[in-house]
Amino acid sequence: MRRLTSVACLLALAALALLGGCGEPQFSDAEKKTIASLALNTLPSLKADTTNQYADMPAAAALGSTLFFDAGMSRDGTVSCSTCHKIERQFQDDLPQAVGVGHTNRRTMPLAGVARNPWFFWDGRRDSLWAQALTPLENPLEQAGNRAAFAHYMQKRFGERYERIFGPLPDLSNVPANASPLGSDAEKAAWNSMSAAQQDDVNLVYANIGKAIAAFERSIEPQQTRFDRFAIDLATGAKPEADAAFSAEEILGLKLFIGKANCVTCHNGPRFTDNAFHNTGVPPVDELPLDRGRVDAVTQVQADPFNCLGKFRDGDESACRELRFMVKDGPQIARAYKTPSLRGAADRPPYMHAGQFETLDEVVAHYSKAPLAVEGVSEVHPLDLSERERAALVAFLRTLSD
Amino acid sequence: MASIWRYILAGLGLAVLLVGIVAAVYLMLPQPTPGPDISRSKSTANRLFEASFEPERGVIRQGELQSWLLTLKTAAGAPVEGAAITVSGGMPQHDHGLPTSPQATDYLGDGRYRIDGIKFTMSGWWQLRFGISAAAGSDSVVFNIVL
Repeated sequence: MRRLTSVACLLALAALALLGGCGEPQFSDAEKKTIASLALNTLPSLKADTTNQYADMPAAAALGSTLFFDAGMSRDGTVSCSTCHKIERQFQDDLPQAVGVGHTNRRTMPLAGVARNPWFFWDGRRDSLWAQALTPLENPLEQAGNRAAFAHYMQKRFGERYERIFGPLPDLSNVPANASPLGSDAEKAAWNSMSAAQQDDVNLVYANIGKAIAAFERSIEPQQTRFDRFAIDLATGAKPEADAAFSAEEILGLKLFIGKANCVTCHNGPRFTDNAFHNTGVPPVDELPLDRGRVDAVTQVQADPFNCLGKFRDGDESACRELRFMVKDGPQIARAYKTPSLRGAADRPPYMHAGQFETLDEVVAHYSKAPLAVEGVSEVHPLDLSERERAALVAFLRTLSD
Repeated sequence: MASIWRYILAGLGLAVLLVGIVAAVYLMLPQPTPGPDISRSKSTANRLFEASFEPERGVIRQGELQSWLLTLKTAAGAPVEGAAITVSGGMPQHDHGLPTSPQATDYLGDGRYRIDGIKFTMSGWWQLRFGISAAAGSDSVVFNIVL
Protein backbone atom coordinates (compact mmCIF):
# COMPACT_ATOMS: atom_id res chain seq x y z
CA MET A 1 0.00 0.00 0.00
CA ARG A 2 2.85 2.32 0.81
CA ARG A 3 4.40 1.62 -2.61
CA LEU A 4 1.08 2.40 -4.26
CA THR A 5 1.00 5.75 -2.50
CA SER A 6 4.55 6.61 -3.50
CA VAL A 7 3.91 5.67 -7.16
CA ALA A 8 0.76 7.78 -7.17
CA CYS A 9 2.66 10.67 -5.62
CA LEU A 10 5.39 10.39 -8.26
CA LEU A 11 2.84 10.37 -11.08
CA ALA A 12 1.01 13.32 -9.57
CA LEU A 13 4.29 15.23 -9.34
CA ALA A 14 5.08 14.42 -12.97
CA ALA A 15 1.63 15.66 -13.97
CA LEU A 16 2.17 18.91 -12.07
CA ALA A 17 5.57 19.40 -13.66
CA LEU A 18 4.11 18.82 -17.11
CA LEU A 19 1.27 21.23 -16.44
CA GLY A 20 3.72 23.78 -15.10
CA GLY A 21 5.66 23.51 -18.37
CA CYS A 22 2.50 24.18 -20.37
CA GLY A 23 1.45 27.06 -18.11
CA GLU A 24 1.64 30.63 -19.34
CA PRO A 25 5.10 32.20 -19.15
CA GLN A 26 5.30 35.74 -17.77
CA PHE A 27 5.27 37.29 -21.26
CA SER A 28 4.59 35.73 -24.66
CA ASP A 29 7.06 36.26 -27.51
CA ALA A 30 4.67 38.78 -29.08
CA GLU A 31 4.44 40.69 -25.80
CA LYS A 32 8.22 40.68 -25.45
CA LYS A 33 8.55 42.11 -28.94
CA THR A 34 6.10 44.91 -28.13
CA ILE A 35 7.82 45.68 -24.81
CA ALA A 36 11.19 45.87 -26.56
CA SER A 37 9.74 48.32 -29.11
CA LEU A 38 8.79 50.70 -26.28
CA ALA A 39 12.20 50.80 -24.61
CA LEU A 40 14.24 53.98 -24.84
CA ASN A 41 17.26 52.15 -26.29
CA THR A 42 15.28 51.74 -29.55
CA LEU A 43 14.98 55.51 -29.95
CA PRO A 44 16.98 56.34 -33.09
CA SER A 45 19.47 59.20 -33.04
CA LEU A 46 17.92 62.58 -33.76
CA LYS A 47 17.64 63.24 -37.49
CA ALA A 48 18.98 66.44 -39.03
CA ASP A 49 16.40 69.19 -39.61
CA THR A 50 17.15 70.35 -43.13
CA THR A 51 14.56 73.14 -42.84
CA ASN A 52 16.76 74.78 -40.17
CA GLN A 53 20.40 75.05 -41.26
CA TYR A 54 21.31 76.25 -37.74
CA ALA A 55 19.64 73.30 -35.96
CA ASP A 56 22.89 71.64 -34.92
CA MET A 57 25.09 74.74 -34.61
CA PRO A 58 26.22 75.15 -30.97
CA ALA A 59 26.27 78.96 -31.17
CA ALA A 60 22.67 78.96 -32.38
CA ALA A 61 21.63 76.60 -29.56
CA ALA A 62 23.40 78.84 -27.05
CA LEU A 63 21.59 81.93 -28.32
CA GLY A 64 18.35 79.94 -28.38
CA SER A 65 18.86 78.97 -24.76
CA THR A 66 19.36 82.63 -23.81
CA LEU A 67 16.19 83.60 -25.65
CA PHE A 68 14.22 80.70 -24.16
CA PHE A 69 14.79 82.00 -20.63
CA ASP A 70 14.65 85.73 -21.45
CA ALA A 71 11.51 87.48 -20.22
CA GLY A 72 12.54 90.39 -22.45
CA MET A 73 11.07 88.26 -25.25
CA SER A 74 7.54 89.45 -24.43
CA ARG A 75 5.40 92.57 -24.68
CA ASP A 76 5.73 93.62 -21.05
CA GLY A 77 9.01 91.92 -20.12
CA THR A 78 7.39 89.36 -17.83
CA VAL A 79 6.99 86.19 -19.88
CA SER A 80 9.56 83.91 -21.51
CA CYS A 81 9.24 80.44 -23.06
CA SER A 82 10.40 79.14 -19.67
CA THR A 83 7.47 80.78 -17.85
CA CYS A 84 5.29 77.87 -19.00
CA HIS A 85 8.04 75.44 -20.07
CA LYS A 86 9.70 75.28 -16.63
CA ILE A 87 13.08 73.57 -16.77
CA GLU A 88 12.69 71.99 -13.32
CA ARG A 89 9.20 70.66 -14.15
CA GLN A 90 9.85 68.68 -17.36
CA PHE A 91 9.46 72.00 -19.24
CA GLN A 92 5.76 72.28 -18.35
CA ASP A 93 3.86 74.25 -15.70
CA ASP A 94 1.49 71.87 -13.81
CA LEU A 95 -1.50 74.07 -14.74
CA PRO A 96 -4.67 72.87 -16.51
CA GLN A 97 -4.22 75.70 -19.02
CA ALA A 98 -1.09 77.76 -19.58
CA VAL A 99 -0.93 81.31 -18.26
CA GLY A 100 1.28 83.84 -20.04
CA VAL A 101 0.29 87.49 -20.43
CA GLY A 102 -3.27 86.09 -20.43
CA HIS A 103 -5.01 82.75 -19.75
CA THR A 104 -4.79 80.33 -22.69
CA ASN A 105 -7.13 77.44 -23.50
CA ARG A 106 -4.53 74.64 -23.66
CA ARG A 107 -2.30 72.61 -21.35
CA THR A 108 1.45 73.34 -21.68
CA MET A 109 3.21 70.38 -23.31
CA PRO A 110 6.48 69.02 -21.84
CA LEU A 111 9.50 69.22 -24.16
CA ALA A 112 11.42 65.93 -23.81
CA GLY A 113 12.03 64.65 -27.33
CA VAL A 114 10.14 67.56 -28.86
CA ALA A 115 12.49 67.78 -31.84
CA ARG A 116 11.24 64.35 -32.94
CA ASN A 117 7.68 65.56 -33.48
CA PRO A 118 6.36 65.93 -37.01
CA TRP A 119 3.63 68.28 -35.67
CA PHE A 120 3.57 70.82 -32.85
CA PHE A 121 0.98 71.93 -30.31
CA TRP A 122 -1.86 69.63 -29.24
CA ASP A 123 -3.56 70.15 -32.59
CA GLY A 124 -0.49 70.24 -34.85
CA ARG A 125 -1.01 73.82 -36.05
CA ARG A 126 2.71 74.16 -36.79
CA ASP A 127 4.92 71.80 -38.75
CA SER A 128 8.42 72.55 -37.47
CA LEU A 129 10.01 73.23 -34.12
CA TRP A 130 11.23 76.65 -35.27
CA ALA A 131 7.81 77.67 -36.62
CA GLN A 132 6.30 76.49 -33.33
CA ALA A 133 8.69 78.63 -31.27
CA LEU A 134 7.50 81.77 -33.09
CA THR A 135 3.82 81.27 -32.34
CA PRO A 136 3.66 82.02 -28.57
CA LEU A 137 5.90 85.05 -29.11
CA GLU A 138 3.05 86.84 -30.92
CA ASN A 139 0.05 85.19 -29.23
CA PRO A 140 -1.65 87.94 -27.18
CA LEU A 141 -2.30 85.40 -24.38
CA GLU A 142 1.29 84.13 -24.24
CA GLN A 143 4.28 86.42 -24.90
CA ALA A 144 2.10 89.00 -26.65
CA GLY A 145 4.94 90.60 -28.59
CA ASN A 146 5.19 91.57 -32.25
CA ARG A 147 7.83 90.62 -34.79
CA ALA A 148 9.05 94.17 -35.51
CA ALA A 149 9.67 94.71 -31.79
CA PHE A 150 11.47 91.35 -31.59
CA ALA A 151 13.72 92.28 -34.53
CA HIS A 152 14.64 95.58 -32.85
CA TYR A 153 15.21 93.76 -29.55
CA MET A 154 17.57 91.27 -31.24
CA GLN A 155 19.58 94.12 -32.74
CA LYS A 156 19.76 96.02 -29.44
CA ARG A 157 20.46 93.11 -27.05
CA PHE A 158 22.03 90.35 -29.15
CA GLY A 159 23.21 92.06 -32.36
CA GLU A 160 26.73 90.68 -32.28
CA ARG A 161 25.72 87.14 -31.34
CA TYR A 162 22.99 87.19 -33.97
CA GLU A 163 25.34 88.33 -36.74
CA ARG A 164 27.98 85.72 -35.90
CA ILE A 165 25.37 83.02 -36.53
CA PHE A 166 23.02 84.38 -39.14
CA GLY A 167 25.08 87.06 -40.93
CA PRO A 168 24.44 90.81 -41.07
CA LEU A 169 21.20 92.14 -39.61
CA PRO A 170 19.09 94.06 -42.10
CA ASP A 171 18.68 97.84 -41.84
CA LEU A 172 15.87 98.23 -39.34
CA SER A 173 16.14 102.02 -38.94
CA ASN A 174 12.90 102.67 -40.83
CA VAL A 175 11.01 99.69 -39.40
CA PRO A 176 8.25 100.76 -36.95
CA ALA A 177 8.87 99.93 -33.27
CA ASN A 178 5.77 97.71 -33.21
CA ALA A 179 4.37 95.97 -36.28
CA SER A 180 2.98 92.56 -37.15
CA PRO A 181 0.38 91.11 -39.51
CA LEU A 182 -1.14 89.35 -36.48
CA GLY A 183 -1.08 92.11 -33.85
CA SER A 184 -3.41 94.89 -32.71
CA ASP A 185 -5.04 97.16 -35.29
CA ALA A 186 -2.21 99.68 -34.84
CA GLU A 187 0.42 96.96 -35.29
CA LYS A 188 -1.33 95.65 -38.39
CA ALA A 189 -1.56 99.17 -39.83
CA ALA A 190 2.15 99.69 -39.13
CA TRP A 191 2.93 96.35 -40.80
CA ASN A 192 0.91 97.27 -43.86
CA SER A 193 2.77 100.58 -44.12
CA MET A 194 6.07 98.72 -44.50
CA SER A 195 7.49 97.82 -47.91
CA ALA A 196 7.50 94.16 -48.92
CA ALA A 197 11.30 94.19 -48.59
CA GLN A 198 11.08 95.53 -45.03
CA GLN A 199 8.47 92.90 -44.17
CA ASP A 200 10.77 90.21 -45.55
CA ASP A 201 13.70 91.59 -43.53
CA VAL A 202 11.71 91.46 -40.29
CA ASN A 203 10.28 88.02 -41.11
CA LEU A 204 13.78 86.69 -41.73
CA VAL A 205 15.08 87.94 -38.35
CA TYR A 206 11.94 86.54 -36.76
CA ALA A 207 12.37 83.12 -38.43
CA ASN A 208 16.00 83.05 -37.23
CA ILE A 209 14.84 83.67 -33.64
CA GLY A 210 12.70 80.53 -33.98
CA LYS A 211 15.59 78.58 -35.51
CA ALA A 212 17.89 79.49 -32.60
CA ILE A 213 15.27 78.48 -30.01
CA ALA A 214 14.69 75.22 -31.90
CA ALA A 215 18.44 74.52 -31.94
CA PHE A 216 18.40 74.76 -28.13
CA GLU A 217 15.27 72.62 -27.76
CA ARG A 218 16.81 69.80 -29.77
CA SER A 219 18.98 69.03 -26.76
CA ILE A 220 15.96 68.21 -24.56
CA GLU A 221 15.59 64.44 -24.71
CA PRO A 222 13.74 61.79 -22.67
CA GLN A 223 15.62 60.05 -19.85
CA GLN A 224 15.88 56.34 -19.04
CA THR A 225 13.27 55.10 -16.55
CA ARG A 226 12.58 51.97 -14.49
CA PHE A 227 10.51 50.63 -17.37
CA ASP A 228 13.49 50.91 -19.73
CA ARG A 229 15.74 49.00 -17.34
CA PHE A 230 13.06 46.33 -16.97
CA ALA A 231 12.60 46.10 -20.76
CA ILE A 232 16.33 45.75 -21.42
CA ASP A 233 16.58 42.94 -18.84
CA LEU A 234 13.55 41.22 -20.35
CA ALA A 235 15.02 41.46 -23.85
CA THR A 236 18.43 40.14 -22.82
CA GLY A 237 17.01 37.42 -20.58
CA ALA A 238 18.69 38.87 -17.49
CA LYS A 239 16.75 38.69 -14.25
CA PRO A 240 15.62 42.24 -13.43
CA GLU A 241 17.18 43.30 -10.14
CA ALA A 242 16.73 46.10 -7.62
CA ASP A 243 14.36 48.77 -8.98
CA ALA A 244 14.32 47.22 -12.45
CA ALA A 245 12.22 44.36 -11.02
CA PHE A 246 8.49 44.95 -11.52
CA SER A 247 5.86 44.17 -8.89
CA ALA A 248 3.01 41.81 -9.80
CA GLU A 249 0.75 44.86 -10.14
CA GLU A 250 3.17 46.64 -12.50
CA ILE A 251 3.46 43.49 -14.64
CA LEU A 252 -0.33 43.25 -14.83
CA GLY A 253 -0.45 46.93 -15.80
CA LEU A 254 2.14 46.44 -18.53
CA LYS A 255 0.25 43.41 -19.87
CA LEU A 256 -2.97 45.42 -19.97
CA PHE A 257 -1.20 48.39 -21.57
CA ILE A 258 0.05 46.29 -24.48
CA GLY A 259 -2.97 43.96 -24.50
CA LYS A 260 -6.59 44.21 -23.45
CA ALA A 261 -6.56 47.95 -22.70
CA ASN A 262 -5.20 48.78 -26.21
CA CYS A 263 -3.15 51.73 -24.92
CA VAL A 264 -0.20 50.74 -27.10
CA THR A 265 -2.31 51.16 -30.21
CA CYS A 266 -1.60 54.90 -30.09
CA HIS A 267 1.02 55.16 -27.32
CA ASN A 268 3.61 53.18 -29.28
CA GLY A 269 7.34 53.32 -29.96
CA PRO A 270 10.02 54.46 -27.50
CA ARG A 271 8.29 57.81 -26.96
CA PHE A 272 4.90 56.18 -26.35
CA THR A 273 3.27 58.20 -29.11
CA ASP A 274 2.27 57.55 -32.72
CA ASN A 275 2.64 61.31 -33.44
CA ALA A 276 -0.88 61.26 -34.87
CA PHE A 277 -4.20 62.92 -34.02
CA HIS A 278 -7.13 61.12 -32.46
CA ASN A 279 -10.56 61.92 -31.12
CA THR A 280 -10.79 60.03 -27.82
CA GLY A 281 -13.97 61.67 -26.55
CA VAL A 282 -12.22 63.92 -24.03
CA PRO A 283 -14.90 66.38 -22.85
CA PRO A 284 -14.52 70.12 -23.49
CA VAL A 285 -14.04 72.57 -20.60
CA ASP A 286 -17.22 74.63 -20.23
CA GLU A 287 -15.71 78.06 -19.65
CA LEU A 288 -13.18 77.85 -22.51
CA PRO A 289 -13.83 78.95 -26.10
CA LEU A 290 -14.97 76.35 -28.68
CA ASP A 291 -12.06 74.00 -29.41
CA ARG A 292 -12.29 71.79 -32.50
CA GLY A 293 -8.76 70.42 -32.37
CA ARG A 294 -7.15 69.34 -35.62
CA VAL A 295 -9.96 70.73 -37.83
CA ASP A 296 -8.89 74.33 -37.24
CA ALA A 297 -5.19 73.51 -37.06
CA VAL A 298 -5.18 72.20 -40.65
CA THR A 299 -6.26 75.63 -41.90
CA GLN A 300 -3.80 77.41 -39.62
CA VAL A 301 -0.72 75.42 -40.60
CA GLN A 302 -1.46 75.87 -44.29
CA ALA A 303 -1.79 79.65 -43.82
CA ASP A 304 1.41 79.96 -41.76
CA PRO A 305 4.08 81.86 -43.77
CA PHE A 306 6.73 80.03 -41.72
CA ASN A 307 5.50 76.56 -42.67
CA CYS A 308 7.70 74.11 -44.55
CA LEU A 309 6.48 75.24 -47.96
CA GLY A 310 7.12 78.93 -47.16
CA LYS A 311 10.19 80.91 -48.17
CA PHE A 312 11.90 80.87 -44.76
CA ARG A 313 12.61 77.15 -44.92
CA ASP A 314 16.23 76.14 -45.51
CA GLY A 315 17.00 73.13 -47.69
CA ASP A 316 14.64 71.75 -50.30
CA GLU A 317 10.96 70.91 -50.41
CA SER A 318 11.56 67.18 -49.92
CA ALA A 319 11.46 67.90 -46.16
CA CYS A 320 7.81 68.97 -46.43
CA ARG A 321 6.11 65.61 -46.99
CA GLU A 322 4.25 65.69 -43.66
CA LEU A 323 2.60 68.96 -44.67
CA ARG A 324 2.09 67.85 -48.26
CA PHE A 325 0.42 64.56 -47.34
CA MET A 326 -1.50 65.64 -44.24
CA VAL A 327 -5.18 64.76 -43.90
CA LYS A 328 -7.00 68.04 -44.62
CA ASP A 329 -10.62 67.08 -44.05
CA GLY A 330 -13.00 64.30 -43.08
CA PRO A 331 -14.77 63.40 -39.86
CA GLN A 332 -11.67 61.90 -38.24
CA ILE A 333 -10.01 65.29 -37.59
CA ALA A 334 -12.90 66.78 -35.57
CA ARG A 335 -11.74 67.26 -31.98
CA ALA A 336 -8.69 65.16 -32.75
CA TYR A 337 -5.61 65.92 -30.65
CA LYS A 338 -2.05 64.65 -30.73
CA THR A 339 -1.18 61.51 -28.78
CA PRO A 340 1.07 62.80 -25.96
CA SER A 341 4.15 60.90 -24.86
CA LEU A 342 3.59 59.06 -21.58
CA ARG A 343 7.19 59.33 -20.43
CA GLY A 344 7.19 61.29 -17.19
CA ALA A 345 3.40 61.69 -17.35
CA ALA A 346 2.79 60.36 -13.82
CA ASP A 347 4.72 63.34 -12.43
CA ARG A 348 2.85 66.02 -14.34
CA PRO A 349 -0.87 66.19 -13.70
CA PRO A 350 -3.31 67.51 -14.82
CA TYR A 351 -3.94 65.64 -18.07
CA MET A 352 -5.35 66.10 -21.58
CA HIS A 353 -5.25 69.11 -23.91
CA ALA A 354 -7.00 71.44 -21.48
CA GLY A 355 -6.08 69.75 -18.20
CA GLN A 356 -9.50 68.06 -18.00
CA PHE A 357 -8.38 65.25 -15.66
CA GLU A 358 -6.59 65.80 -12.37
CA THR A 359 -5.19 62.29 -11.89
CA LEU A 360 -4.06 59.29 -13.92
CA ASP A 361 -6.92 57.35 -12.27
CA GLU A 362 -9.36 59.73 -13.96
CA VAL A 363 -7.55 59.32 -17.29
CA VAL A 364 -7.68 55.52 -17.12
CA ALA A 365 -11.32 55.63 -15.98
CA HIS A 366 -12.12 57.81 -19.02
CA TYR A 367 -10.59 55.30 -21.43
CA SER A 368 -12.26 52.39 -19.65
CA LYS A 369 -15.67 54.03 -19.91
CA ALA A 370 -15.10 55.61 -23.37
CA PRO A 371 -17.88 58.22 -23.40
CA LEU A 372 -19.16 59.54 -26.75
CA ALA A 373 -17.42 62.59 -28.21
CA VAL A 374 -19.25 65.95 -28.21
CA GLU A 375 -18.19 66.37 -31.85
CA GLY A 376 -16.91 63.80 -34.32
CA VAL A 377 -16.53 60.16 -33.35
CA SER A 378 -14.38 58.86 -30.51
CA GLU A 379 -11.99 56.11 -31.61
CA VAL A 380 -12.06 54.61 -28.12
CA HIS A 381 -14.34 51.70 -27.24
CA PRO A 382 -15.43 50.79 -23.68
CA LEU A 383 -13.03 48.46 -21.89
CA ASP A 384 -14.90 47.92 -18.63
CA LEU A 385 -11.68 47.48 -16.67
CA SER A 386 -12.00 46.37 -13.07
CA GLU A 387 -10.78 48.58 -10.26
CA ARG A 388 -7.75 46.29 -9.87
CA GLU A 389 -6.93 46.55 -13.58
CA ARG A 390 -7.24 50.34 -13.60
CA ALA A 391 -4.93 50.58 -10.58
CA ALA A 392 -2.45 48.25 -12.29
CA LEU A 393 -2.36 50.46 -15.39
CA VAL A 394 -1.62 53.50 -13.22
CA ALA A 395 1.10 51.53 -11.40
CA PHE A 396 2.68 50.68 -14.75
CA LEU A 397 2.51 54.30 -15.93
CA ARG A 398 4.47 55.33 -12.84
CA THR A 399 7.36 53.13 -13.99
CA LEU A 400 7.74 55.60 -16.88
CA SER A 401 8.56 58.34 -14.40
CA ASP A 402 10.83 56.67 -11.86
CA MET B 1 -0.82 -10.95 -7.78
CA ALA B 2 -3.83 -8.87 -7.00
CA SER B 3 -1.66 -6.08 -5.66
CA ILE B 4 0.32 -5.79 -9.00
CA TRP B 5 -2.94 -5.43 -10.89
CA ARG B 6 -3.91 -2.69 -8.45
CA TYR B 7 -0.65 -0.84 -9.22
CA ILE B 8 -1.16 -1.19 -12.97
CA LEU B 9 -4.77 -0.06 -12.69
CA ALA B 10 -3.82 2.92 -10.55
CA GLY B 11 -1.00 3.81 -12.98
CA LEU B 12 -3.34 3.56 -15.96
CA GLY B 13 -5.94 5.66 -14.20
CA LEU B 14 -3.42 8.38 -13.43
CA ALA B 15 -2.04 8.25 -16.98
CA VAL B 16 -5.54 8.70 -18.42
CA LEU B 17 -6.14 11.59 -16.05
CA LEU B 18 -2.85 13.16 -17.12
CA VAL B 19 -3.61 12.81 -20.83
CA GLY B 20 -7.03 14.30 -20.20
CA ILE B 21 -5.62 17.33 -18.39
CA VAL B 22 -2.92 17.92 -21.00
CA ALA B 23 -5.50 17.65 -23.80
CA ALA B 24 -7.77 20.11 -22.01
CA VAL B 25 -4.92 22.61 -21.59
CA TYR B 26 -4.02 22.37 -25.28
CA LEU B 27 -7.64 22.79 -26.31
CA MET B 28 -7.88 25.93 -24.23
CA LEU B 29 -4.86 27.53 -25.93
CA PRO B 30 -5.88 30.34 -28.33
CA GLN B 31 -6.23 29.07 -31.89
CA PRO B 32 -4.54 31.10 -34.62
CA THR B 33 -7.28 32.92 -36.55
CA PRO B 34 -6.94 33.20 -40.32
CA GLY B 35 -5.91 36.80 -41.20
CA PRO B 36 -6.89 38.88 -44.21
CA ASP B 37 -5.41 38.19 -47.65
CA ILE B 38 -2.06 39.96 -47.53
CA SER B 39 -0.85 39.13 -51.03
CA ARG B 40 1.05 41.97 -52.67
CA SER B 41 -0.17 41.12 -56.19
CA LYS B 42 -3.77 40.60 -57.23
CA SER B 43 -6.40 41.26 -59.89
CA THR B 44 -8.53 44.38 -59.52
CA ALA B 45 -12.18 43.89 -58.51
CA ASN B 46 -13.50 43.59 -62.09
CA ARG B 47 -10.31 41.93 -63.38
CA LEU B 48 -9.46 44.88 -65.66
CA PHE B 49 -5.94 45.14 -64.28
CA GLU B 50 -3.29 43.11 -62.51
CA ALA B 51 -1.97 45.20 -59.61
CA SER B 52 0.98 44.78 -57.34
CA PHE B 53 1.93 46.96 -54.39
CA GLU B 54 5.36 47.01 -52.71
CA PRO B 55 7.25 49.40 -50.44
CA GLU B 56 9.68 51.31 -52.67
CA ARG B 57 12.61 50.59 -50.37
CA GLY B 58 11.60 47.02 -49.67
CA VAL B 59 10.80 47.29 -45.95
CA ILE B 60 7.86 48.71 -44.01
CA ARG B 61 8.87 51.04 -41.20
CA GLN B 62 6.11 51.87 -38.73
CA GLY B 63 5.65 55.57 -38.00
CA GLU B 64 7.64 56.86 -40.99
CA LEU B 65 6.39 58.49 -44.17
CA GLN B 66 7.12 56.06 -46.97
CA SER B 67 6.66 55.74 -50.68
CA TRP B 68 5.31 52.53 -52.23
CA LEU B 69 5.09 51.41 -55.84
CA LEU B 70 1.80 50.41 -57.44
CA THR B 71 2.44 48.47 -60.63
CA LEU B 72 -0.45 48.09 -63.07
CA LYS B 73 -0.65 45.70 -66.00
CA THR B 74 -3.54 44.83 -68.24
CA ALA B 75 -4.96 41.29 -68.11
CA ALA B 76 -2.82 40.63 -71.19
CA GLY B 77 0.31 41.76 -69.30
CA ALA B 78 0.90 45.16 -70.95
CA PRO B 79 1.91 48.05 -68.65
CA VAL B 80 -0.93 50.48 -67.91
CA GLU B 81 0.09 54.03 -68.79
CA GLY B 82 -1.54 57.35 -67.89
CA ALA B 83 -3.75 55.94 -65.14
CA ALA B 84 -5.56 58.31 -62.78
CA ILE B 85 -5.23 56.85 -59.29
CA THR B 86 -7.07 57.71 -56.10
CA VAL B 87 -5.89 56.42 -52.72
CA SER B 88 -7.95 55.83 -49.58
CA GLY B 89 -7.93 53.35 -46.75
CA GLY B 90 -7.76 52.90 -43.02
CA MET B 91 -7.93 50.31 -40.28
CA PRO B 92 -11.11 48.24 -40.49
CA GLN B 93 -10.86 47.09 -36.86
CA HIS B 94 -10.49 50.62 -35.50
CA ASP B 95 -13.06 52.43 -37.68
CA HIS B 96 -10.57 55.08 -38.71
CA GLY B 97 -9.01 56.22 -41.95
CA LEU B 98 -5.39 56.74 -42.88
CA PRO B 99 -3.35 59.19 -40.76
CA THR B 100 -2.02 60.79 -43.97
CA SER B 101 -3.36 61.48 -47.47
CA PRO B 102 -1.14 59.43 -49.79
CA GLN B 103 -1.09 60.39 -53.46
CA ALA B 104 0.16 58.98 -56.73
CA THR B 105 3.02 61.44 -57.25
CA ASP B 106 5.08 60.08 -60.16
CA TYR B 107 4.86 57.73 -63.10
CA LEU B 108 8.09 55.76 -63.26
CA GLY B 109 7.41 53.91 -66.55
CA ASP B 110 6.59 50.26 -67.19
CA GLY B 111 3.22 50.58 -65.42
CA ARG B 112 4.83 51.67 -62.12
CA TYR B 113 3.33 54.52 -60.10
CA ARG B 114 4.90 56.00 -56.98
CA ILE B 115 2.37 56.30 -54.12
CA ASP B 116 3.95 58.71 -51.66
CA GLY B 117 2.91 59.86 -48.18
CA ILE B 118 1.99 56.48 -46.72
CA LYS B 119 2.40 56.19 -42.96
CA PHE B 120 1.39 53.30 -40.74
CA THR B 121 1.23 54.79 -37.26
CA MET B 122 0.33 51.59 -35.42
CA SER B 123 0.56 47.85 -35.72
CA GLY B 124 -2.47 45.89 -36.88
CA TRP B 125 -4.52 45.41 -40.04
CA TRP B 126 -4.42 48.27 -42.54
CA GLN B 127 -6.22 48.54 -45.87
CA LEU B 128 -5.25 50.63 -48.90
CA ARG B 129 -7.85 51.07 -51.63
CA PHE B 130 -6.93 52.27 -55.08
CA GLY B 131 -9.39 53.63 -57.63
CA ILE B 132 -7.81 53.23 -61.05
CA SER B 133 -8.98 54.87 -64.27
CA ALA B 134 -7.13 54.17 -67.51
CA ALA B 135 -7.84 53.54 -71.21
CA ALA B 136 -9.15 50.05 -70.41
CA GLY B 137 -11.73 51.47 -67.97
CA SER B 138 -12.13 52.06 -64.26
CA ASP B 139 -11.59 49.50 -61.53
CA SER B 140 -10.49 49.27 -57.93
CA VAL B 141 -8.34 47.10 -55.74
CA VAL B 142 -7.79 46.73 -52.00
CA PHE B 143 -4.49 45.65 -50.46
CA ASN B 144 -4.29 44.43 -46.87
CA ILE B 145 -1.17 45.15 -44.91
CA VAL B 146 -0.69 43.61 -41.49
CA LEU B 147 2.00 45.01 -39.21
